[in-house]
Amino acid sequence: MPKVHDRGGWPNDDPIDPDEHEMEEWERQVDALNGVLGDKGLKNTDQLRRAIESLDLKTYETLAYYEKWTAAMEMLLVEQGVMTKEEIDAKFDELKQAKL
Amino acid sequence: MANGLANGHNHGDNAEYYSLRAQAMQALLIEKGICTLDDILTMADKIDSRSPEDGAKILAHAWVDPEYKKRLLADAESAFLELGYDLPETSPKITVIENTDEVHSMAVCTLCSCFPRAIIGRPPAWYKGLAYRSKVVVDPRGVLKEFGTELDESVQVRVIDSSADYRYLILPKRPAGTEGMSEEDLAKLITQDSMIGVGLALSPESVKAG
Amino acid sequence: MASDQAAKFKIGDQVRIRVGVPPTHFRTPEYIQGKQGRIDTLWGAYPNPESLAYGGDGLPAQPLYQVEFAQTDLWRDYKGAANDKLLIDVYENWLENI
Repeated sequence: MPKVHDRGGWPNDDPIDPDEHEMEEWERQVDALNGVLGDKGLKNTDQLRRAIESLDLKTYETLAYYEKWTAAMEMLLVEQGVMTKEEIDAKFDELKQAKL
Repeated sequence: MANGLANGHNHGDNAEYYSLRAQAMQALLIEKGICTLDDILTMADKIDSRSPEDGAKILAHAWVDPEYKKRLLADAESAFLELGYDLPETSPKITVIENTDEVHSMAVCTLCSCFPRAIIGRPPAWYKGLAYRSKVVVDPRGVLKEFGTELDESVQVRVIDSSADYRYLILPKRPAGTEGMSEEDLAKLITQDSMIGVGLALSPESVKAG
Repeated sequence: MASDQAAKFKIGDQVRIRVGVPPTHFRTPEYIQGKQGRIDTLWGAYPNPESLAYGGDGLPAQPLYQVEFAQTDLWRDYKGAANDKLLIDVYENWLENI
């Protein structure tokens, strides 16, 4: 059984959906943040891939592209000790409150 | 409505959660002095600055200048530089593959979404989706048909899975009836699809009609 | 980085892709594993992603090859032309002599 990300030849009858996905600003910034962290030597592409590949099948198939990047980035930043999950949770709640 | 799961862009509750999660991490990185908002926005603009039009410009030049085409096929990055495209040092290597009457190549990344971003920008959503990644290696001609492209059996179809340090940019066949066209007009025939290899370059008639 | 001279295989060599699904990160899809192909291009040596993925330095660099397969060798009931090919970049540590 191939890993979740190893898709070549995986049975799939879905049509290829030609609809383009309009990039949201937060996605544009995640994309950029990935590049910034890379340039600063805090992560590389292989680490990001590895983190994405560790997602369970359902998550991998359900999350949108940049949602997967976000999940992976959190794993890496916490793994590196740059921030803790608790810090992210707290900031998340703070931002959520501010939106209300 | 097409099943969003095919491309994994199921925007609903997930999007709100993940967008806030990303913003939280970003805010913390800035607070901790690891990067600035300006770093991020500058990088976003840099990434935005490359689009399929850049690829089309380069490839149209290869169509009109046979010596340039030779150099492009031999060492793409040096040839890009000739036209003012300086790839970042951290960019994966990019190489150009020529499609001909005998051979049609098409690119995929079955393992993730590797794409020649540094020269033609971000990949389209379908390229990153599960349907394309699963199907194109096992049934490329079926995939071509989905894109409205049909090739004779005598044309060899070559699927290139970009699994490592190289990214592939396809130089589509120059369509018939384009003699004497300006480079600028030729570039309009070279679509993103044709640079991935799921389609051919547009015919001059189709562009005039459109 | 190691030069092409350090590469074990040369263009035209027939190789088999090693079979293995380690729990760690690697870039050799299962659909080519155990299959036989032909070395098409030598790309030179690149840092090993299996180490880079865990913050390692990726050394020693692995010679990287583009391997060409006949589609009819990869897929039973391949629905295309007999002469169709699949090409993929594979690191030397995944290639075996035939």
